[in-house]
Amino acid sequence: MSGFAGFDPERFFRARIGHGGTLGTEYRAHGADWAELALPYDENLIGNIGTGVIASGPIISLMDMATSMSVWLCADAFVAHATLDLRIDYLRPATPGRTVIGRGECYRLTRSIAFVRGQAHDGDPGDPLAHVAGTFMAPEGYPR
Amino acid sequence: MMRLPPYADLLGLVVEHGDDGAPVLMMPFATDVLGRPGFLHGGAISGLMEMAAIVALHRALAGDGGGEIKPINVTVDFMRGGRDKETRSRGVVTRLGTRVANVEATAWQDDPAKPIAAARMNYLIVRRG
Repeated sequence: MSGFAGFDPERFFRARIGHGGTLGTEYRAHGADWAELALPYDENLIGNIGTGVIASGPIISLMDMATSMSVWLCADAFVAHATLDLRIDYLRPATPGRTVIGRGECYRLTRSIAFVRGQAHDGDPGDPLAHVAGTFMAPEGYPR
Repeated sequence: MMRLPPYADLLGLVVEHGDDGAPVLMMPFATDVLGRPGFLHGGAISGLMEMAAIVALHRALAGDGGGEIKPINVTVDFMRGGRDKETRSRGVVTRLGTRVANVEATAWQDDPAKPIAAARMNYLIVRRG
């Protein structure tokens, strides 16, 4: 296994550079097998000029990060891994002006594959705007 | 040609034209699209492919009476790590129906035959008139 034992998502997020930082994603909360991130509304994320609704790409990025962090929490280690696939259903457009909250959960961890799912909402968890399902793979394996 | 939205500018997208006139979107390498050190963020690659799919669908719709589109879902397969170089993507409308369109897109770096990622999307179409 390559990586570090234990995983602190808050610390991990504090030193953010790259795409997550450009999008403006923020840490929100976490548990033993889940992580919650926030994506504040920003005009630079708009995908539909007419309506001001943000593009779907930033929501994929948000959910990719939230589910990836849920795997490290589940494994209790930071392990090099890659997204194998990610499917996202857009249940409704995100409301312009509202922060999107993405929660990722790792519901099954095997020696080399992690199975994840998650939902995104913009204020009411009972009214989700997106649902995701995906898998990650660790070339050198996840700790068991 | 449709006007690209602010999110396309955030990704740094540039419209290029392929041999047969179908638009290709090019995403330059920048720290803005970086994931883990040395590799592109999967979300940025997905965003590039979604924009390529939307451009292809608008182009197909323009020749078919026009209309608004709404994303229903997207499934992305990541095949290779995206390295620190230019990435290109082109969308292909596999079926343009009355209410739903099926669109596919791939993203590649050096060789279009060796994609780094592929996406399948369903779009809801709201026809004009």
